[in-house]
Amino acid sequence: MSIWYTLCELLPWEMLQWDFMKNALLALLLMAPLFGILSTMIVTGRMSFFSDALGHSAFTGIAIGSILGLTAPLWAAVGFSILFALLFSWVRSRSNQAADTLIGVFSSTAVALGIFVATLGGGSFTKYNKYLIGDILSVTRSEIGMLALVLLGILVFWVLFSNRLSLMAIHPQLASSRGFPVGLSQTLFTAAIAVVVTLSISSVGLLILNSLLVLPAASARNVARNLREYHLFSVVFALIAGVGGLTVSYYLGSSAGAAISLLLALVFGITFAFRKVRG
Amino acid sequence: MRFKPHGGSCGHACCLRVENLSVQIGSDQILKDVNLHVHCGEMVALIGPNGAGKSTFLKAVLGQREYQGVIAFSQPGQRSKKPRIGYVPQSPAFDPGDPVSVADLFACCMSRRPAFLGLSKSMRELVLECLERVHGTDLIDKRVGTLSGGELQRVLLALALEPLPNILILDEPLSGVDIEGMENLMDMLDEIRREYDLSILMTTHDFSMLRRYADQVVLIDHTVLIQGSPDTVLDSEEFSRTFHMKGGRA
Repeated sequence: MSIWYTLCELLPWEMLQWDFMKNALLALLLMAPLFGILSTMIVTGRMSFFSDALGHSAFTGIAIGSILGLTAPLWAAVGFSILFALLFSWVRSRSNQAADTLIGVFSSTAVALGIFVATLGGGSFTKYNKYLIGDILSVTRSEIGMLALVLLGILVFWVLFSNRLSLMAIHPQLASSRGFPVGLSQTLFTAAIAVVVTLSISSVGLLILNSLLVLPAASARNVARNLREYHLFSVVFALIAGVGGLTVSYYLGSSAGAAISLLLALVFGITFAFRKVRG
Repeated sequence: MRFKPHGGSCGHACCLRVENLSVQIGSDQILKDVNLHVHCGEMVALIGPNGAGKSTFLKAVLGQREYQGVIAFSQPGQRSKKPRIGYVPQSPAFDPGDPVSVADLFACCMSRRPAFLGLSKSMRELVLECLERVHGTDLIDKRVGTLSGGELQRVLLALALEPLPNILILDEPLSGVDIEGMENLMDMLDEIRREYDLSILMTTHDFSMLRRYADQVVLIDHTVLIQGSPDTVLDSEEFSRTFHMKGGRA
């Protein structure tokens, strides 16, 4: 950490004189590749709304955790999100309803349960606001350490499983004909999204979290011609928007999460126009 | 799936032998007493109405379905072994927006190295070698979503040919392919089976190519109604009864 602090002081950014900004920048530099990488598969696998639903379930997990008097409701949320994700996958594989219908069922149930639990016995909802909006500036050193570990875990997972996951997302018949263990890879991927979503919820906020999981890859798809470019652009866009959004929010005094999302939307607009030029 | 030793009931040295094959799913009898021999270098077309059990038959041979009966394979020099099967699944077109090149598709299927890091030099050479078999080296950097129906089938065929199989199975390879693409594809399959002496087993709804290319046509509707040369089957009473038409004109 001290190396990072020294490094920050060498940079000419005025905002980096504050420790909380140094922490926030480091957290974003870890989160952006996480979102960039996961985003590629979420978009290819048409799971945008699923990741949104996971965010809602994470909130429910936090509410349940704090009602039960747990000191770290975040871990309760991680557990609940994984449970929610696995239950959803299980129902999906046994139901003939469309995936978006099932996502609607799960998502709305999770939100209702979260609000129900949070307001049980006349409890105030205000203390949960930080999970809705998020605050990257209050990120702690231990949270940063956790993010670094998760990033490492996701990178290892990606090296081992991304070929299978890509093939499953683009051509399920070919994947199953090649005997790939479809179920295992998908379950692990779902659990990975659940963990990342839950751990970022207090920094980024539930309401705009999903834009970070969809927009980097959606923008990259506008211009990428192969998987390498797809991953590269997605991570680069997430990094640019992450650092840019933090800077903008510092000078304008707005929420960092919202600024990052808006920048990503701008990137999408630019790549969309560029796609047209390239034909 | 267990491939039983060749019992010698087929005079041909190299043969995929299916005897008394039955498949039941729940209370539905999908296939009953199917008998079929496919020899090396032979192209066999499986035809039948929708829901006749063609795909189920292919899945049984691939070992993806439980079955009763015998599926055995033998070839010269080896008494019995599990055949290597190349499979081209029935294929919808790719999403046109997917940023996945043909090279990526090969890497995802064949390589341990993650495709998002790009292809190694040796992998790229292998992909080009595979595509060469289907005269498609120019497709390597194309995005899969922009391939035409015929190009897509050729790419999937190239994938199924690495490593070279004993039996090549194709599920509806002609659907979604235009007339010119069909002839190209059939010419290519013809060339491949001669060059590599492999058996080809395919299902199709398109009967126009059969007289020219198939050695054997098998008409099934839960069981084999008739099998033999294309002329025998396409001019048969069973064929016209099944498809309400005559002479193999689709």
